[in-house]
Formats: sequence, structure tokens, C-alpha cells
Amino acid sequence: MPGVEGFMYPNEVELQWSVLIVLYPFITGLVAGAFILASLERVFHVVTIKPTYRLALLTALSFMLVAPLPLQLHLGHPERSLEMYFTPHSSSAMAMFGFVYLWYLMAVLVTEIWLDYRKDIVEMYHKSTGLLKMIYWLMATGNLNISPRALELDDKIGYTITVIGIPSAFLLHGYVGFIFGSIKANPWWSSPLMPVVFIFSAMVSGVAAVMLLFMAVKKLRKEAIDIHCVDTIAKYLFYLFIVDFSLEMLDLIHRIYEADESFRSLDFMVHSRLFFSQIVLQICLGTLTPILLLGITQLFKIRAGIRKAIYTTSGLLTLMGIFAMRWNVVIGGQLFSKSFLGYTTYKMALVTKEGLLVAIALAILPFIFLTILVKLLPPFGENDAHHAPQPAIGD
Amino acid sequence: MAIFKDTGHLFRFAALFVVGTTSIFVLRAIVTPKSFGQYGHYRGAALKDLADRPVKYAGHQACEVCHTDIVTTKTAGKHAGVNCEACHGPLAKHADDPSNTPAKLDTAVLCVKCHAASAAKPKGFPQVQADDHSGGLACDTCHKPHDPAIAAGGAK
Amino acid sequence: MNVSRRYFMILVPAAAVAWESVLAGTPEDSPNYKMQDHWWGMLIDTPKCIGCGNCVRACEAENDVPEGFFRTWVERYHVTDENMENPEVISPEGGKHGFPAAKEDEGKYFFVPKMCNHCADSPCTQVCPVGATFVSPDGVVLIDQSYCLGCAYCVQACPYGCRYINPEKHSAEKCTLCYHRITKGLTTACCENCPTGARQLVDLKNPKDPIHAFLKTHSVQVLKPQMATGAKAFYNELDGSVR
Repeated sequence: MPGVEGFMYPNEVELQWSVLIVLYPFITGLVAGAFILASLERVFHVVTIKPTYRLALLTALSFMLVAPLPLQLHLGHPERSLEMYFTPHSSSAMAMFGFVYLWYLMAVLVTEIWLDYRKDIVEMYHKSTGLLKMIYWLMATGNLNISPRALELDDKIGYTITVIGIPSAFLLHGYVGFIFGSIKANPWWSSPLMPVVFIFSAMVSGVAAVMLLFMAVKKLRKEAIDIHCVDTIAKYLFYLFIVDFSLEMLDLIHRIYEADESFRSLDFMVHSRLFFSQIVLQICLGTLTPILLLGITQLFKIRAGIRKAIYTTSGLLTLMGIFAMRWNVVIGGQLFSKSFLGYTTYKMALVTKEGLLVAIALAILPFIFLTILVKLLPPFGENDAHHAPQPAIGD
Repeated sequence: MAIFKDTGHLFRFAALFVVGTTSIFVLRAIVTPKSFGQYGHYRGAALKDLADRPVKYAGHQACEVCHTDIVTTKTAGKHAGVNCEACHGPLAKHADDPSNTPAKLDTAVLCVKCHAASAAKPKGFPQVQADDHSGGLACDTCHKPHDPAIAAGGAK
Repeated sequence: MNVSRRYFMILVPAAAVAWESVLAGTPEDSPNYKMQDHWWGMLIDTPKCIGCGNCVRACEAENDVPEGFFRTWVERYHVTDENMENPEVISPEGGKHGFPAAKEDEGKYFFVPKMCNHCADSPCTQVCPVGATFVSPDGVVLIDQSYCLGCAYCVQACPYGCRYINPEKHSAEKCTLCYHRITKGLTTACCENCPTGARQLVDLKNPKDPIHAFLKTHSVQVLKPQMATGAKAFYNELDGSVR
């Protein structure tokens, strides 16, 4: 049989979960990571990263809106997807997706953004005309009260929401890890470390994404990049990355040392079909290189211009590495037979419902949402004034 | 009211949540199939749907009602444990309507499906290298399919 | 038609009632079948399998199994003593058209029919997000085709590779233990058509079922016992190398 080496159970030859399911944990990871970065400022009062607070929230929202789409497209019967809300099966990790998603989207993200932006929304309502005015009116739920007492209340509730939001973000992505980690039939997935690894890799990818977006948006707006802010984000990225890498290595070393019945099969897979995506892309280029680069910026004094270049490079490599990690989990977990006697191949289609073009479109979509959101709810500038005044430090 | 003076917007926002949640519950009550949960967390009527499918293999009990002569021959021979449709194919249509007669079988193709020699088969199972064994003759030249052993009086 | 119907009246009672209703076009009236009286499973007498593929063909005909997918299939193992842990396994087209002849050599060869194990603690029904697959009250793992989302999570969760997504219906499918037959007093299509009796439908709740005596006197194993799935496909004299 083409693409098959050794023996596969006959129903295993075709992969069930495609590139779209790779995209899904990648996108939710970005959401969770971006939100956790935002909450650092709010809850832990890391003042230097304040300029990214709103951008991080809007990034989280844009990606969150796209998160269920790959799942929806992958379903054989998308029209039945509401059954997950109507008759959720309590023993299924996947059934909880709908609820965790709704909770996180509505109760955490939308509420926090709304409370934080309410003053701006009302101000923009007064400034704008026509359709835009109506949109702002709807966003303000028709209530234009921005008295100091009302805003104080918003701030207090917003703080509480952020505190609730942190465990929610962990829940959101930890549970995505659990979807894979709880499948006992699949030794590549089945691991209690899976949710933890997913959470830390989510934070890594989300922090890297916000760092890149912050630099890109500033560049596009021809504003000076607040290098102290980026320095601080890069520092967090570095430490998070070390934890993430340690966890992943722990998992790997544990597997290699235990070398259970599945080891020979998985080891062969990593050395053959997954060599490029796992060893080269994920570990060498996507993890070790950015850790090394970020480590250099932590150890040595380097000019701001070069630092920015290093941050950009390591940020991009990080995102690629985390995407490769999701790929290796989702696709890798389906390439070997559960008989441990053979391997199949993933052939990515181009224009089908689950093909490459759709995947690319879905990867671009959050940026379109983000552009609209940034236009509607500007994260920088004078509307930011009620927060701390933006330090005008450039390089 | 004083309490709503600076909290009105929050109540409006909360109201949206209440409306959203309620509509999920209302929709759920309308959409969920009636028999859901009858036996467990699934649609109870699904059991009936599955059980109601028509059969394609009638089962040897159905064949034996009419073909009593074959039953007699077969039960005495080596093929006693082989059910009719194992060789003759799915015949529920024939059982339903006996005038719907099945196609004749070609023993040259049929018998080797089981009896072609292979080291993987159980040692005691009768198996032959078809070419050497019959020299190209159809199996039923010598063996009666319903009672194949030649020594037992099966030779034609 | 009338002739046959008259004859069917003297069939085994359950089958007769079922057939009557099937022929009359009202299968819903059929059996005196009580779910709570049964707990179905399958005995697979491995040494009896000759790899003819009759079960695979019968299953395909009975259940409209799509090309390239299998509700049951047969594997042929070749184990050499140098490499006990890595048997050479083949299953060309699920063994539907039999197997190429094996030559006598150092190793041993044998066939292993595979199918859904109808696990009592099935990992596949556990993960279904909506309750579209379930263990029926009579112990059969079934799929509600009209409720399945086609998310394929169950396909991932089955340790035995027994499930697939139907490429046309886009929902999950698997062996139903011929639920439409066993509830009418018939046996499954694979059992009906196995020429050597290597497969036998068993009812663990029926005290008269020969399975009880069989289990007492034979070395019986389930596949991947370490998965603790409560599998109900019992394999007689299963070789240790089988996965």
C-alpha cells in the first residue's frame, strides 16, 4: 500500500485528524498565552509591559473567535455541532470544549475587554457619526454612564475577572492537552504531562506572539518601540521557555529510559517520519535556538537595535517551533500503528475542506479580526491616557 | 433607583448573559430527541433503528426448512459445520421469494478459497496444491461439495 | 412467497417471529427480544481460523462496509524465534480475498480474526462528546448514525483500530455485532459464514451458552488486556505476539 511501511490495522491507514486539528491547539495556545501576559500587568502589576495590555487582550479575542472554526470544519457533520451543548457527554474531554470555550470567550475575554474599554467606547460614541455611532452605542449596551463611581466599579470587577481569568486560561489550554493526554490507546499522547506541557507551550507561543505583534504594530504606526517593555516580555519568554523545554525533555527522557512496548515504534518514527518536524524544526530551530538567543540578551549587554532583531528572530522561531510541536503531537500521534508494527503517511490535501489553503486562511483570519478590533478599540494613544502615562522611551 | 445609578450598565451586560444562557436551555429542550436518556446517555430509539435493518444472509435455519435433502447429506459429511451461505452467498432474497434463484457456483474458484495449501493453516485442515491435486479438473468432478470425503462414499 | 412464509412459522421461535415481521415489512413488531436478558460477546477460536476471508466478505455484504474500511478483518502473523516481539503481520485488503500461500520455514504462521471487542468499559464510548456511541443494555457497542458528529475522537480512542469514518456518510462506523440479526434470533454474518467455527457469537447471560464451559476448560485471552477495556471478544489460544 502506498505510504504504508510495515503493518497498520486496515482502518488506520488514513489519518483522522488533519492539519486543521494542528491549528486548533496552536490557536487556543496563543489565546491562553496572550491572556496570561495581559494579566501579568493587571494582577501582578508588572508596569513595564502595560503598553501591551490592551493589545494582548485584543489578540487573545481575535484568536479566540477563530479557535472553534478548524474544529467545526473538520467535523463530518458540522450541522450537528450544537449537540455538544445540548447533550454533552460528561465523560468526554471534548464535550467540555463548548463550555470552556463559551466561559472563556464570554465571561473572561469579552467581559474584561468591555469593562476596560467602556470609557473609550462611550467617548468614541460621542465623537463618531452614522453607523459607527450605532455600533458604539450597541457596544455600550446603550448605557453611557461613565461617572467616576461607575468606572471605579468597572475597574474592580475587571480585576476580579482577570483573577478568575488566569485559572480559566490554564483550564482552556490544559484541557486541550487533556484531550490528547487522556487517550490511553495512543502511547504518543497518553501522558499526564501533556496538559502541563500544553499550558507552558501555550504561554510561550502567546507571549512570543504578543511581543512580535507589539513590535509590528508600533513599526506600522511609525511609533517608537518601547524597548524596556519588549525587554521585559523577552525575559518572561526566556524563563517560560526554559520551563516548557524542561517539561518536554522530561517527557522525552522518561520515554527513552522506560522504553516500554511502544518505544521501538515511536523511536523509529522520531528518527524517520518526524525527524524534520520534531528534531530539526521543533527542538533545534524552534526551541534551542530561541532559548540560546534570548539567553544571550539576558547575559550580555547588547545594543537596543540588535536586541530588537534578536527578539524578532527568536519570536518567529518560537512560533514556528510551537506550531511544529502541535504538528508532531497531532499528526505524529497518528502516523504509527497501534499495533506498533508499522507507519503511515500524512498526505495534506491542498484545496479540500481540510486542506492547506483552508488552514492558511484560518491562520490569516485572526489578523483580520485583530485589524478590525484595533480600529474599533484602539489599544494605544490618547485613549490609553486613563491608564499610566505611556513612557516615551525609544532606542 | 439609587442602586442602579452607577451600576445600570453592569446589569444590562449581565442581562445579555442571562438571555444567552436561557436561550441555550430553551433550544436544548426543543431540539434534544425525546428518547435521549431512556437507557443511558444516548438516543434510546437508536437501538430500534439499528435492530430494524433488513438482513442479507438468511441464516442456515431458513435454508434447512425447504432443503431437507441437502441437510441429510451434509450433516453426515465433513462439511456438516459449514453453513449454506458460507459457499452460496447472501440469500435472504431467495428465502423471502424462492423463485429468486441464486447463481450456480464454480467449484474451481470456490473450494480453493478454503482448501489451497498454506503453511499458515492449521495442520489438520485438508489442503491441497490445486494444480498438482486435480490437474486442472473442477473439484466437483470427484468431490460432492455437500459431502466431500471420497472414502466415505462421496466419489461420483 | 406464501410457501416460504408458511415454512418460516416452524423455524426457531425467535427467528420465526422476526422473519414473519421482516417479511411483512413491519420489523418494528418483530422480536420477543428482551435486552436485559442478554450480554453479548464473541468467541474467536484462533487455531481454527484458516484465513479464507469468508467473514470479511460476509460482513461487507451484510453491512454495506465501504471499500477500504473494515468492521472485521483477518491478520496473518509470522513469528520467528529470533524476533518474537516483532512479528511480521499482513492483512491484504483485510484478508477479504484470502492470503498468499505461506511456505514452511523456521517460523510459525497463524491467522487472527479481528473485530470490535464490544468492550464493557469501552474507551471509545467514553470519549464521544455527544452520546452518539454507547454500550447498549445487552452489551453491544453501537453508533447512532443520525447523531454522530464525525469528530473521529472515538476512532482515536479505540486501541484495536476497529472504527472508521464512513467516507460518504461522514459519521463513525464499526461492527454492530449484527445487532439487526442477533435481535431477531440469528447469529452474526461473520459467524454464520465461518466455515470452521472459528467465530462464535456468545451470550454471557444465557446459562446454557457453551461459552461458560469453554472458558473453564481453555486458555482464553482478550486483546491488549493491559488496556483494561473489558473486551468481550475472547480469543482461544492466542499467541503472545498478537497485538
